[in-house]
Amino acid sequence: MPSALPLGDPAPPDGLLPAQALEGAASRAFGLYVHIPFCAVRCGYCDFNTYTATELGGGASQDAYAVTAVTEVEFAAQALAASGLPERPLSTVFFGGGTPTLLPAEDLAAVLTAAIGAWGLAPGAEVTTEANPDSVTPASLQLLADAGFSRVSFGMQSAVPHVLKVLDRTHTPSRVPQAVQWARDAGLAVSLDLIYGTPGESLADWRYSLETALSYGPDHISAYALIVEDGTKLAAQIRRGEVPGIDDDDHAAKYELADQLISAAGLSWYEVSNWARTPEQACRHNLAYWRGDDWWGIGPGAHSHVGGVRWWNVKHPTAYAGRMAAGLSPAAGRETLDSETRNVERVMLEARLSSGLEIPSLGGLGDTGRHAVAGLIADGLIEPAAAFHGTLVLTLKGRLLADAVVRRILPD
Amino acid sequence: MSPMARTAPVPAATDPAIIRNFCIIAHIDHGKSTLADRMLQYTGVVQSRDMKAQYLDRMDIERERGITIKSQAVRMPWELDGTSYALNMIDTPGHVDFTYEVSRSLAACEGAVLLVDAAQGIEAQTLANLYLAMENNLTIIPVLNKIDLPAAQPEKYAAELASLIGGDPDDVLRVSGKTGAGVEALLDKIVRDLPAPVGDPDAPARAMIFDSVYDTYRGVVTYVRVVDGMLHPRERIQMMSTRASHELLEIGVSSPEPTPSKGLGVGEVGYLITGVKDVRQSKVGDTVTNLAKPAADSLPGYADAKPMVFSGLYPLDGTDYPVLRDALEKLMLNDAALVYEPETSAALGFGFRVGFLGLLHLEITRERLEREYNLDLISTAPNVEYEVTLEDKRVVHVTNPSEYPTGKVAEVREPMVSATILAPNDFVGAIMELCQSRRGVMGGMDYLSEDRVEIRYRLPLAEIVFDFFDILKSKTRGYGSLDWKADGDQVADLVKVDIMLQGEQVDAFSAITHRDKAYAYGVMMTSKLRELIPRQQFEVPIQAAIGSRIIARESIRAIRKDVLAKCYGGDITRKRKLLEKQKEGKKRMKMVGRVEVPQEAFIAALTTDESKDKAKK
Repeated sequence: MPSALPLGDPAPPDGLLPAQALEGAASRAFGLYVHIPFCAVRCGYCDFNTYTATELGGGASQDAYAVTAVTEVEFAAQALAASGLPERPLSTVFFGGGTPTLLPAEDLAAVLTAAIGAWGLAPGAEVTTEANPDSVTPASLQLLADAGFSRVSFGMQSAVPHVLKVLDRTHTPSRVPQAVQWARDAGLAVSLDLIYGTPGESLADWRYSLETALSYGPDHISAYALIVEDGTKLAAQIRRGEVPGIDDDDHAAKYELADQLISAAGLSWYEVSNWARTPEQACRHNLAYWRGDDWWGIGPGAHSHVGGVRWWNVKHPTAYAGRMAAGLSPAAGRETLDSETRNVERVMLEARLSSGLEIPSLGGLGDTGRHAVAGLIADGLIEPAAAFHGTLVLTLKGRLLADAVVRRILPD
Repeated sequence: MSPMARTAPVPAATDPAIIRNFCIIAHIDHGKSTLADRMLQYTGVVQSRDMKAQYLDRMDIERERGITIKSQAVRMPWELDGTSYALNMIDTPGHVDFTYEVSRSLAACEGAVLLVDAAQGIEAQTLANLYLAMENNLTIIPVLNKIDLPAAQPEKYAAELASLIGGDPDDVLRVSGKTGAGVEALLDKIVRDLPAPVGDPDAPARAMIFDSVYDTYRGVVTYVRVVDGMLHPRERIQMMSTRASHELLEIGVSSPEPTPSKGLGVGEVGYLITGVKDVRQSKVGDTVTNLAKPAADSLPGYADAKPMVFSGLYPLDGTDYPVLRDALEKLMLNDAALVYEPETSAALGFGFRVGFLGLLHLEITRERLEREYNLDLISTAPNVEYEVTLEDKRVVHVTNPSEYPTGKVAEVREPMVSATILAPNDFVGAIMELCQSRRGVMGGMDYLSEDRVEIRYRLPLAEIVFDFFDILKSKTRGYGSLDWKADGDQVADLVKVDIMLQGEQVDAFSAITHRDKAYAYGVMMTSKLRELIPRQQFEVPIQAAIGSRIIARESIRAIRKDVLAKCYGGDITRKRKLLEKQKEGKKRMKMVGRVEVPQEAFIAALTTDESKDKAKK
């Protein structure tokens, strides 16, 4: 079962936003997320909102999906305009899933074209799609590049067959370098997604995966610790003792190894789980999430945020298709954040970035705040020099304990 | 067989010659309450249809645990050979912690029914109470109960009883409280065998208080046995220990509901109501006299209740402190033995140091606080009261390890008890091993019957307050029973062991132990805490120390990872809710220095493994 949606307030059927969402909108970047809720197989660890072809039917089928998504693009453009938001070209677009490349490249191109038609692209806009190394060809990648995509993020996960098997990943490791080369040939920037801490993965396995990924010379790497979500097949396997459980110390050791090897290869961290070759090659769409920019999420279960208003769409593709066909907002619920909650989110999100969280300089902090910051420096969790200059930047140790750092600096 | 009395003798006009005052001495679950119920029914005091099982035990906890904490007295008419008699049954508390109250109940009687389960034989406390009764020169009527049980061995246990009190095994009555068999014969025997009370009707009034109960509607209800003279309603009475005087608003007898009378005369047993609100003004053992015509001497045997065991009680939720304070105030109204004073613990916050008569008293009090006042409590490990003499001759009384003086100690004295243990002789070795390991000194050993032994030890009280009884029970497969009474004090080589988390002393875990046992305590507590305290952002050393000398150490490795790898498709709400939940969890932690200790860890560290079925004595 895919993960549950949050509980929130009811969302209006016309998708109109409250006045609060307008404040400062002109100075915030605007992006688009397009969720593609399809996969060829459901991976054992995955609790994302995604479905295999056999799980779906009727109006929610893969064939009809691009048309439905375009309907929401048009609905979004109309709702934003009607709410009084200024016209803003898209700074970033991100197609995620699921497996976006399970749809024909023409369908992805059609949704992007509709989005460009609605809002236009800002100069130098970043347009990414996630892709499975198995589901791309030189021709499909070229078609995407021609439609305006600038970047592809391959779900490589591991280079070790027994690890891929536990993850239920179907691609063969040798397919990855080929796909990377085709993407480069089409003029696309390349990111590789890796997962560490899979049950049965040794430290040597992880080193091998990292070294293999780095040997392909990616512009960007995301490395995520495996999270065993309730209700997944993997969780059941661990519970039954069929595969070993997750060990946080093992995760920590693997994160440290990742940071060491990726840095040595010339990439730098810019977010807890992300590294880029140059600051320009950081994933700006990803950064928008952490920085509290505006974005509209298209598709079932997709999350959106505009000026302190967050909402999320109905989860099931069939329900989603029904809402769009009826001309109604697909939102299942939303929340309007008060300033205190926005501040909590700001701390929680910006602390994860290498650019850091702006804090008052030590002199400007109250006693409690100064005590907290001094404690973090003493424990080696934040960079002392940056802190003195009014920015909280995590050390390597602090990145591994980022949630604890956030709890320590937030007021009780 | 005697019929139910046709005319009951009238209170305040009853010749002492037709009064019989008795109590029932029995071990818990040997069927005392069932037998008492049957007597109430056969004497017509309670109609069969009103019969509530175990009529005399009032509180829920008593009923659930099958023990009697507070006694009551019931007046029952019984006819024998054409004469109507007044029988006063005084129900004694059945637990080791309440020895003093038992002794006062016994002092109010001329005789005792020694009731023993025909399938189990006599137990240590029953034996102790029997000795008390014999010291008070009570006439003993030995009775075997539950003779209807298939496992009953009446011949064997009749012989055991006969050898204990002297006499013939054939004289031991056999009854079944359950079926009623033999109960009428027992009532007849009480009338025949027990002496009538003797007193001087013309002397100034003297009545002994053997129980005192707080009632929400009526205030304190005081139960007395009149020895000399007579008490009347509306006259002023005086408590001889405190000289406090009160007006007698109501006087009467229980049968078993309170029934006002025109007074109480020599040998009679009944209740008094004066309107006071605190049982401390009506103390068990005290003598009541007439203010206008007071007696010269009080009755012998009065003593103040003395707390033996102390424990810190803390609300789990600090905001419940006022609730706990009010609850203790209310409980105190009905429990003259309960003493408490406010106390602060660095680790546990605001609470109270509470003194109890013994472990069961502690358990019952704690359970009542939790149940009747809806409190969640942490109780610290029970302590006894030490007398510490410093080198400058200053004497300090310590009931809490954190008050243990830091200066040079010349001498420490600890309270001692004399303990009696009864068990089948197969377990003698195991029992002696346990007592020796608890610094006991053997006093003697006797065979009660061919295969049952009475073992007497002198032990430090501190060695029996924590888990002694649980271990005794498990080492004797449930057959061992224990009784103890205070027996002076002794000089001992005691030390205070402190437990430190990251160098910070945790007062709640400090203990005063014998020097030879300090190491074992240190190892036990440090390894327990290592399991109980979650990993922190830094390594946490756990140390046990005597003064500055470390005797045991453990360490909790630092947590290395506490970060959510990603947010799914911009689902920030989910991440924020997780953070809010984590912060909520942090609020339930107690801070020891920088170390977050979950409250469950305190509870678990202060609880013994076997204390689930604790104190069922």
